[in-house]
Amino acid sequence: MAVLEVKNIRKSFDGEEVLKGIDFSMEKGEVLAIIGSSGSGKTTLLRCLNFLLEPDEGRILVNGACIFDAEDKQKIKEKELREKRLHFGLVFQSFHLFPQYNVLQNVTLAAQLQIKEALKERGASKQEKKEALAAVNVQAEQLLRQVGLLEKKQAYPCELSGGQQQRVAIARALALNPDILCFDEPTSALDPALTGEVLRVIRGLKSSERTMIVVTHEMEFARRVADRVIYMADGVIEEYGEPEQIFANPQSPKLKAFLQNAGEGL
Amino acid sequence: MSFIDVTMQLLNGFKTTMLIFAVTLLGAVPLGLVITFGSMSKIKPLRFLTRTFVWIIRGTPLMLQVILVFYGPGLMFGARALPREVAVLLAFIINYAAYFSEIYRGGIESIPAGQYEAGLVLGMTKRQIFFKVVLFQVIKRIVPPMGNEIITLVKDTSLARVISVTELVMAAQDIVAVKGIIWPTFYIGVFYLLVSGVLTLLFNRIEKKLDYYKG
Repeated sequence: MAVLEVKNIRKSFDGEEVLKGIDFSMEKGEVLAIIGSSGSGKTTLLRCLNFLLEPDEGRILVNGACIFDAEDKQKIKEKELREKRLHFGLVFQSFHLFPQYNVLQNVTLAAQLQIKEALKERGASKQEKKEALAAVNVQAEQLLRQVGLLEKKQAYPCELSGGQQQRVAIARALALNPDILCFDEPTSALDPALTGEVLRVIRGLKSSERTMIVVTHEMEFARRVADRVIYMADGVIEEYGEPEQIFANPQSPKLKAFLQNAGEGL
Repeated sequence: MSFIDVTMQLLNGFKTTMLIFAVTLLGAVPLGLVITFGSMSKIKPLRFLTRTFVWIIRGTPLMLQVILVFYGPGLMFGARALPREVAVLLAFIINYAAYFSEIYRGGIESIPAGQYEAGLVLGMTKRQIFFKVVLFQVIKRIVPPMGNEIITLVKDTSLARVISVTELVMAAQDIVAVKGIIWPTFYIGVFYLLVSGVLTLLFNRIEKKLDYYKG
């Protein structure tokens, strides 16, 4: 069963249609790269998936259950919306770490708030709460080890390089165990020397359990790490397929031109 | 009249000055936040009303507001006037809350949208995002303008004398009028300088405390 199905997503801003009917689906454990020039709608699509934007039309299904249907416009409660949102994680282009918290706190904050809320509703004992919060810390340290930043857990974001900040942001997104982890141009705000460390971490996350969508301008990365590639242009999926096919044997003229431009830039 | 006598008499006025200062702060700091929520509200009429209110308060002299709060109810409705000190405090709290609210608003609006979005995609509630993520960053950003405003408040307390509340300036003027000596008028400057000096040091410390992170 598909972990994610996106059906006919449309979105306009001030009458200008940015997404003109996006359809795709993903299997569990798949890594999908979305490429395309700026303004093609890649970021808007990710923001729609993460409920930062509401599509005007279309449906989104996760594990077969519909979590968004534009036809069904009844007002959903904030709590419900939050639960739906948690199917997805999002790593931003410019990290957006919480500057006043240290690395470990950045990773644990949301999970701890959730646990506190849940335990309060249940009226759990102090002991239980303490154990649950400790477990969050343990998990966070594991994630920090995974992104290679455990020794920086007490540091503040302003003391880290861009690449390190982005790795913390990845650990923060993973801490909530999303079904689908999205990356919005995760290396575009980094200088080339720092790009590699972030891409290595993302590649290291690839497993049969983890489904990822990566919007990227790193063609080499898309080619080598992704299982499927979507090329977007002017708000539509212009071409979709396996990396080999997309990069070695592009069909549409737009994709050909895009790849040629990208290649010339190197 | 000896220096000690003058100082003792001035200290009485100074006590009132400090009382007005402290109570105004205690009242205006939280009330300002309420006004901020009003002027940032998504409900248009509420926003309009709050912003009009802020305009009126900031657009008229504090002295006039003190007079209005004290004499207004009697002149307009024949009501009994409030005690003088209460009238002063009421006018001051409202006035300073209006100024604070604009400082808060500036602070809140300066927080990048990414902070809210990061909180949202992590499943936090709007409340949690405000109190756990945004508020602290706002506090750091508003410390300098708040320090400014709070030091102004120290000196604005002297307006209380328009309805005969004996604060520091009025205490000095009483001495001048009765004893015929002029120097106490200048001497009170030292009191104001001391208080604003302490406040400056305090705000420097707060700024330093919050300096452990950037952004």
